[in-house]
Amino acid sequence: QLFVGLHLVHEVTSPQAFDMIRARGGKVPFPGRTVATVDHIVPTDGSPRPFADAMAEEMLRALERNCREFGIRFFELGSEGQGIVHVIGPETGLTQPGMTIACGDSHTSTHGAFGALAFGIGTSQVRDVLASQTLAVEPLKVRRIEVGSALRRGVYSKDVILSILGLLGVKAGAGFAYEYGGAAVDAMSMDERMTLCNMSIEGGARAGYVNPDATTFEYLKGRPFAPKGEAWDRAVTWWSSFASDPGASYDDLVRMDGSTLEPMVTWGINPGQVAPVTGRVPKPGDVPADGRASILEALDYMGLEAGRTVAGIPVDVAFIGSCTNGRLTDLREAARVAKGRRVAKGVRALVVPGSNAVRKAAEREGLDEVFRGAGFDWREAGCSMCLAMNPDRLVGRETCASSSNRNFKGRQGSPTGRTLLMSPAMVAAAAIAGEVADVRAFLPEEQP
Amino acid sequence: MSATTITHVAGTALPLPGDDVDTDRIIPARFLVSVTFEGLEKHVFADDRVARKGTASPHPFDEPAFEGASVLLVNRNFGCGSSREHAPQAIRRRGIRAVVGESFSEIFFGNSVAIGLPCVTASHEAVRALQEAVLRDPRLRVVVDLAKRSIRAGTISSPITLPDAVREVFLSGSWDATGLLLDRFDEVEAVAKKLPYVSGF
Ligand code: SF4
Repeated sequence: QLFVGLHLVHEVTSPQAFDMIRARGGKVPFPGRTVATVDHIVPTDGSPRPFADAMAEEMLRALERNCREFGIRFFELGSEGQGIVHVIGPETGLTQPGMTIACGDSHTSTHGAFGALAFGIGTSQVRDVLASQTLAVEPLKVRRIEVGSALRRGVYSKDVILSILGLLGVKAGAGFAYEYGGAAVDAMSMDERMTLCNMSIEGGARAGYVNPDATTFEYLKGRPFAPKGEAWDRAVTWWSSFASDPGASYDDLVRMDGSTLEPMVTWGINPGQVAPVTGRVPKPGDVPADGRASILEALDYMGLEAGRTVAGIPVDVAFIGSCTNGRLTDLREAARVAKGRRVAKGVRALVVPGSNAVRKAAEREGLDEVFRGAGFDWREAGCSMCLAMNPDRLVGRETCASSSNRNFKGRQGSPTGRTLLMSPAMVAAAAIAGEVADVRAFLPEEQP
Repeated sequence: MSATTITHVAGTALPLPGDDVDTDRIIPARFLVSVTFEGLEKHVFADDRVARKGTASPHPFDEPAFEGASVLLVNRNFGCGSSREHAPQAIRRRGIRAVVGESFSEIFFGNSVAIGLPCVTASHEAVRALQEAVLRDPRLRVVVDLAKRSIRAGTISSPITLPDAVREVFLSGSWDATGLLLDRFDEVEAVAKKLPYVSGF
């Protein structure tokens, strides 16, 4: 039984939980430790309330009512604090090292970037956390994934996590928390570390984290919910105590060389089915017999020829956003690629900031102009085409270059739609080329 | 919730072969636009079923032969992906009372336990044998025995595994997870007071 320091709530997985609390006449003993926002159903084209989708409207009303009734802070639609739950937790300073964090959403692992223990939970557990502020959790083993040496130009933390998933697969994480470390991770910004931790769940791990360090504290300093003044110094001391000791022992250790990694693209229907942009889609004959069926199923669904090059796969839609890659640095990198160029004819491209705060910050830097100028749609904050519970969806068999986290069949709203996961800069490159393209051809030779 | 014990589940079975079946396939996101879990059973595997409709091999959930099945037979990493409890809800509301597989995603497993849907694991060979036996004879009666930690069907008998604590929950019918957590609420308050981010740094 663990105390939950921060409980984040969104509109999709919470209404039933609040109903269950009411049904048992229960209370929420720590309303101050739960924070709510709306993200999944937001129509990101700025359409006014009530939403065109009556059921979506009802979900938002239910959340508003539940928050009022139980005294829970709610970052409402359009407010500065609203956005994808895993973007706003960190950017408001609510997410802090050493906390246990829970949310009715599998990508809660994102918050591990701060050295927090963060779990995705189901609706019944949302009820339990609301009612008791605790969770029953089995102890986890720890697998340290050490990424040595710096990443090269055009290679981002998204490529690191996709490489890890390609290496370890989507099941290897069962029973584990993933600890990410090594020179490449030490050098990452908090935004990049969040991308890394975000997709731990795709590897089957229950949680993922990076030990808190100076980068973590620098990010938190001055955020609305971060401690201030003398309390700040005490907090840093306390937070620092959560880092693993240098000589700590692990249940498993995996080493990778960051300098050998390349921009990655998924070609299949789970995030472990991934190849470098310079590589080829596998042939079923390349792998042992028991792996062939899944490759065949994936190639068949994706409509890809076995052994073809990854570069050059045509795309119809380009989506930049999500809790994986909808933060300011992600948008900056994508904008570097888009600047002065044009989205290919026939490609529908959209940029959906992860939160209102990200949107405003990007607009202050003029990124919205860069994207619009290149022919991208510039949207309001939400989950959007990551899972397409809002009106942003693929149509028919469209193929989407996407900076999100899941390429499952039908994930982006069309039962036959196809998803290629990659970094936001790679998505921008694909949008411009009209096909999967190596982002390094779009970037200046030496990165500043 | 009610204190119903689950010692075993018996009935016909439905084989659903394939690894890494994710929750987006079990219940596509557009069906989550609701404030209740009601009616989810209609949409279980909605897209996969439509994709295979009218083909030579309809989806198992559309095979009349498997209608009324109470045991679902799956392979590795079943229920991976999103944490949506809607997935086990849809399966359970469809009439499935136990899931037997080679392995499960952890969140799916926890969600299933929370709503009283036992998920148990058996060896690759045993699951394959069961799936094949049921394909040959869809009326085959399958018994998932939590008390005896075994699964039996016709001539097949194999051990099953599930964590002791989870088995205990089913055998004793101690469903009230919230109640259990609240039993030690005094301690919870004490812990909270000691945490600097609650009481102030
Ligand atoms: S952006 Fe996608 S993965 Fe992230 S919370 Fe929203 S729907 Fe879930």
